[in-house]
Amino acid sequence: MDNETIVTLVKNNFPEAITGSEIFRNELTIIVKKEYITEIAGFMKENKELDFNFLSDLCGVDRVGTDGVFEVVYHLYSIYKNHRVRLKSPIASNDPCISTVTGIWNTANWHEREAYDMYGIKFDGHPDLRKILTPDDFEGHPLRKDYPVDGRQPATLTEIYRKDETEA
Amino acid sequence: MTAIPTATTTHLMTINMGPQHPSTHGVLRLLLELDGEMIIKAVPHIGFLHRGVEKLAEYRTYHQFIPLSDRLDYVAPFSNNLAYALAVEKLLGMEVPERAQHIRVILCELTRISSHLLWLATHALDIGAMTVFFYCFRERETIYDIFEMVSGARMNLSYIRVGGVSRDLPGGFLEKTRNFIAEFPARLNEYETLLTDNPIWKKRTVDVGVISAEDAIDYGLSGSSLRGSGVNWDIRKAEPYSSYDKYHFTVPLGKNGDVYDRYRVRIEEMRQSNSIVHQALNILPRGDFIARIPNITLPTKEDVETKMESMIQHFKIIIDGIRPPKGEVYSSIEAPKGELGFYIVSDGSSHPYRLKIRPPSFVNLEALPKMVEGRLLPDVVAVIGSLDIVLGEIDR
Repeated sequence: MDNETIVTLVKNNFPEAITGSEIFRNELTIIVKKEYITEIAGFMKENKELDFNFLSDLCGVDRVGTDGVFEVVYHLYSIYKNHRVRLKSPIASNDPCISTVTGIWNTANWHEREAYDMYGIKFDGHPDLRKILTPDDFEGHPLRKDYPVDGRQPATLTEIYRKDETEA
Repeated sequence: MTAIPTATTTHLMTINMGPQHPSTHGVLRLLLELDGEMIIKAVPHIGFLHRGVEKLAEYRTYHQFIPLSDRLDYVAPFSNNLAYALAVEKLLGMEVPERAQHIRVILCELTRISSHLLWLATHALDIGAMTVFFYCFRERETIYDIFEMVSGARMNLSYIRVGGVSRDLPGGFLEKTRNFIAEFPARLNEYETLLTDNPIWKKRTVDVGVISAEDAIDYGLSGSSLRGSGVNWDIRKAEPYSSYDKYHFTVPLGKNGDVYDRYRVRIEEMRQSNSIVHQALNILPRGDFIARIPNITLPTKEDVETKMESMIQHFKIIIDGIRPPKGEVYSSIEAPKGELGFYIVSDGSSHPYRLKIRPPSFVNLEALPKMVEGRLLPDVVAVIGSLDIVLGEIDR
């Protein structure tokens, strides 16, 4: 299915939820209001013509400096129809939260944990929203643009993993 | 779907497997809740190797990121280089010369063989078949010698550039590669005589770590781990890149989605890769090994040393970097471990605004609890081996 057909189909079904779409280098991006993300994600997967059964990737993007939002980006793929689409949902940076899509694709679990760890985006309804890559005592969200690239914290790994031993 | 088993003993035992454990293939820590020898719950803990590669990328020019990509899946550096270069080339909307495309195919398929050899060696060693380890490393050594001829390095190769490859194939390369691929199928048969019909091997692998096709897709498995469950999806066929549509090869599929099927799939993939290299050597065209586009591709070393303009061009690209148009692309390839994708957001400057790596091992590992819960402790070792994970790209 080509990009134009996909975008028309989605727009016809959710006229109020789609705020824009663009095609760059033959890749389709659909911008979705965050309230509708679970509904649209479910539709993308269940619709027989779209059949987006595979969630390739899910990640955050920091646009706080320019637009005051974080974007949550979903890369969907259909193994049987062989087409791709990118969903993007901007969320306000003062309250970064969005509904989870783990109920639709199980693989979203770790991707959402990573976005939570890296950007502090909260996924409502996620079964196990914990940090995934940074250590337990790590403060802040390293991929945010206001997080410095140099410097390290905490000072040593001993402080995290052997706290009990040093205290004793 | 199997229900999570309930405990039969009064004392559940929680044990740590890793981060220092030979069969976790790196610094993976598994928190296992055991009822006797049966696993009630498995919780993977990752991030011990987190270096913040995606953050670093935002402070590097597009060329400067190539050496960082080597260090993701460090047993398949060519695939990482290629996936990144393809994403940047897509962003720039540029074409790569045909010779460069075929050189990339040769090296990526050799990489697939070497990555699968390392997988087979360690997987078999984990389960107790030590001989295979020595045989696999013998062949892998030859491939690493070939890599050394081509790029000057053995592990972190950084050979692929935006627009092509860093230099042409050296003299003696074709002969050495031809010798290797002529010999390799017989070696593969040799490994198979040790394992494929071996009753001990089969007892450890058949019906272990089963995952159905629907679950595999739902958990986002890709590569051989997905094809072991019988899902016919190979990015080289579905969305051909780098001239893969010019090659004839079959995509091996499993049936049951167990450890044994994933083993069979990878073994057959090595045969197919061998055949692709063979075809590529025969059709390798003459011509440029890198596109000649000022402001984007680096000039040749010879030109830099003899021509003023080339020296300035070289200096400008190194210091200023290239400036792709504003926009965003996602590009993925069939890496030895599965779908390796790069999502690059460009704001028109010389640094990526955002670079997201979609590492296959990260996603494949996510399905591990699903495969081992309710099984015996020794099966964990077999299942981790069959997923072929590399912590370098999981933690990034």
